[in-house]
Amino acid sequence: MIDRRILADHNLTVEEYDLIVKLIGREPNLTELGIFSLMWSEHCSYKSSRIYLRNFPTEGEFVIQGPGENAGIIDIGGDLAAVFKIESHNHPSYIEPFQGAATGVGGILRDIFTMGARPIALLDSLRFGPLEDPKNRSIMEGVVAGISSYGNSIGVPTIGGEVYFHDSYSRNPLVNVFCLGLAEKKKIFYARAEGIGSPVLYVGSKTGRDGIHGATMASAEFGSETEKKRPNVQVGDPFKEKLLLEACLEVMDRGLITGIQDMGAAGLTCSTSEMAAKSGTGMTIDLDLVPQREEGMSPYEIMLSESQERMLIVCRKENLEDVRQVFAKWDLDAVPIGEVTASGRLEVRFKGERVVDIPVDAIVNLCPAYRRPSKKPPAMRKRCKPDLPPSPSDSGDTLLALLASPTIADKTWVFRQYDHMVQTNTALLPGADAAVLRIKGKKIGLAVTLDGNSLYASLDPRSGGKIAVAEACRNLACVGARPVGLTNCLNFGNPEKPEVMWQFKEVIKGMTEACRAFSVPVTGGNVSFYNDTEGLSIYPTPVVGLVGILEDVGSAIPSGWKKNGDLVVLLGKNSAELGGSEYLRSVYNLEPGPPPNLDLELEQRVHRTCREAIARGLIHSAHDPSEGGLAVCLAESSMLSPSLLGCEIDLEDEIRTDALLFGEGQSRIIVSLEENKLPVLLRLARRNGIKAKTIGRVAGRSLIIRKRGREIVRLPVKRMSEVWRGAIPRAFSIP
Amino acid sequence: MRFGVVVFPGSNCDQDTFFVLRDVLAQETTYLWHKDKDLKDVDCVILPGGFSYGDYLRSGAIAKFSPLMPLVREFARKGGLVLGICNGFQVLLEMGLLPGAMIRNKNLKFLCQYVHLRVENTATPFTCRAKKDRILRIPIAHFDGNYYASPRDLRGLEKRGQIAFRYVDECGRATEEANVNGSLHNIAGIINRNGNVLGMMPHPERASEAILGSEDGRVIFESVISYLSRSRGKG
Repeated sequence: MIDRRILADHNLTVEEYDLIVKLIGREPNLTELGIFSLMWSEHCSYKSSRIYLRNFPTEGEFVIQGPGENAGIIDIGGDLAAVFKIESHNHPSYIEPFQGAATGVGGILRDIFTMGARPIALLDSLRFGPLEDPKNRSIMEGVVAGISSYGNSIGVPTIGGEVYFHDSYSRNPLVNVFCLGLAEKKKIFYARAEGIGSPVLYVGSKTGRDGIHGATMASAEFGSETEKKRPNVQVGDPFKEKLLLEACLEVMDRGLITGIQDMGAAGLTCSTSEMAAKSGTGMTIDLDLVPQREEGMSPYEIMLSESQERMLIVCRKENLEDVRQVFAKWDLDAVPIGEVTASGRLEVRFKGERVVDIPVDAIVNLCPAYRRPSKKPPAMRKRCKPDLPPSPSDSGDTLLALLASPTIADKTWVFRQYDHMVQTNTALLPGADAAVLRIKGKKIGLAVTLDGNSLYASLDPRSGGKIAVAEACRNLACVGARPVGLTNCLNFGNPEKPEVMWQFKEVIKGMTEACRAFSVPVTGGNVSFYNDTEGLSIYPTPVVGLVGILEDVGSAIPSGWKKNGDLVVLLGKNSAELGGSEYLRSVYNLEPGPPPNLDLELEQRVHRTCREAIARGLIHSAHDPSEGGLAVCLAESSMLSPSLLGCEIDLEDEIRTDALLFGEGQSRIIVSLEENKLPVLLRLARRNGIKAKTIGRVAGRSLIIRKRGREIVRLPVKRMSEVWRGAIPRAFSIP
Repeated sequence: MRFGVVVFPGSNCDQDTFFVLRDVLAQETTYLWHKDKDLKDVDCVILPGGFSYGDYLRSGAIAKFSPLMPLVREFARKGGLVLGICNGFQVLLEMGLLPGAMIRNKNLKFLCQYVHLRVENTATPFTCRAKKDRILRIPIAHFDGNYYASPRDLRGLEKRGQIAFRYVDECGRATEEANVNGSLHNIAGIINRNGNVLGMMPHPERASEAILGSEDGRVIFESVISYLSRSRGKG
């Protein structure tokens, strides 16, 4: 009865089907096929990526849990652990921006509190097409509103992230959501189904027909019929999730349960089979007991539904009543729907009949892994084009144009729609190089950042991967934090295209190299393939989520100037590199390579210098030149200073002016400090083997830059600020 | 002296407010669960911020029917101090303990940012420690904070000095630009006629510690503490 058309509908190949038949020893029925189609989808099985992901360094002194669970866990000292993870919700957000993004937030929050951690921060990496296109504006408006509605309501602050604009995202926006939670080390929970005969409880929202095949949808390209997929997107209920969060944390805190798994992608199917597979047990459930909000649902629909705000819990029999009472207190159902068995099988009953009976191992662990063909694309734009345009005659105007480029422009329009202060831990507000959180009652603080430059990755995926990690570490260094754990979201096109597979492998190589250099363990992540619409792939977009520790949260410094008269010092040195720059892209619409060179050894020494300077209270501000280069970095430090302080900068480098001002050379940090602290900073830099040079002074109300005595930029900070702050709101006021 | 922080399902600033009162200001503080049958002898009830019952209907509209609310109403009638912050203010409006209503912010977006407030009336239990016209830097975080009241109610509020705080610029001027959410008369907080029930949209609990960037919100809690200890002294 299962024919090729049904297989195609389920995104399974004939070979995969034959393997299923072999594994279960017979033809599967439709419900069983549906289960395999979800669990063997790219989204759930990582079948194209997992052999490469194994290369990441995942071990480290402080790693409590690496990849393979709902989230990674890092020991942050004392009795506490940081639990964090990033996930993509790209496909749903294109189909239905508001709910797609909102449920992305809901999903990542569940990944975190499933482990016993209270979510304390959200960050998002968002990529949209150019804002001139009303369709892109409406996607962005919907995504931001969706994130805002879910995060604000549940009361987890959205404290940072990044927003990029590029045409490659016009028909395929990226929404990557990161969440950080805090857990007591003694109270961490895993997705386990242990104790034969233990009851299995269904908690949270009722099951409906929403989101059926969400995971398979995220594992295929989009054609022109995406409108029809709208019913595949679920609808979020942050209020229900807030209740679920409090109730789950309460039963975990009281030690009433033994295992828990959220029902995210692949819903009941994934949670039941994974919990059993991880414990080497089996599970039997009765679908008639599953709370349902629609009538006449088939076993296929119940097993495949991706209704939100649901969890599966295993507890000891004697605690069942207490668990139910806690959920009742929060006005939630906790319904026993089955029990843990020793069979190693997932057995599902429906109206008295056994409708599923398959080994959990086959569903969870035996999906084939593919080493798909990969090929370096012939048209790799690796070399710098010799015919660069001449350096612009008015650098000030060019700087203003860059400040108005949406990728560089101020993102307050986005961040003020997010509650970034609830929970009262946000020590550095959005806009800083990294977000900083205090932990109530502790001296240490946590810093978090999301980074990734897809233009670099498109020009040279390996460098793009390397720089993503390095820049994230640099952002932490700018606030004084050292990196302790990394999660990543790897957004790519269709992995069945050899060029895409090549990009993927290269990015992983680059990231791995950088992670090893910085000794940062990768504790998990997410791969999002099939980011293609109508045959066009997005630029390869690795997004790095990095968590760091500050020994003293009170030492964190902002990126804006603090005091008139302070010296401005460059740690590292300027270089003549224009490849992959936002300057050439936004001003000339050119994207030549190669991306900037990166010396990992030098990069680390720059970070160490900055961190030590902050820990010793030497410097008032730190900010790194990234998109837009040195000039944008200096402009931002001025515009972010509370009283809009300007600076006077004298540059001596013999580098063509546009490369000096707007090139994106790596391994540089601009700091400001009191003059009498300079000798100590210089000693520190020397000891770390890096260059440190005084390039000017915080002064006046204008940004003034001279190159070997000749003035090349003079702009009032207020004017720059109007352009920079106004760019995104203006784009949205276009009728 | 004892503070009670009400917890509705969906409250999300309850723990922040509790932390400031108990850990920063060293006050005896207790949670009041929305299904509780008594107010645990507290001297001041605080309705915290958040999204009570999800606020899928009008903000605060469902919380009004919560089992604890008749007790809070009775407590207020007898002169007990009630402070509603953000969603708590919206609940007080829905209950009719304060006049007026909230509509969507004028830009139709959620707004989370620091604002400046001018203290308009210092003769209240919630502001007695502040100097008249003092400018406070405190954050807001709301979707529905655009205060509306009938012309008659507004006249009454103005005449009787019931306006506790107004949105102003850094220099203390009540300009249109400073009025980020579009509230009538730049109103950020009001008090009832008896002076024992205050509602305010800004979050003083988010501005009570230096590490968070402002301590201006403390004056509200410190005023209550000082008022209660004085009245206790008299009693």
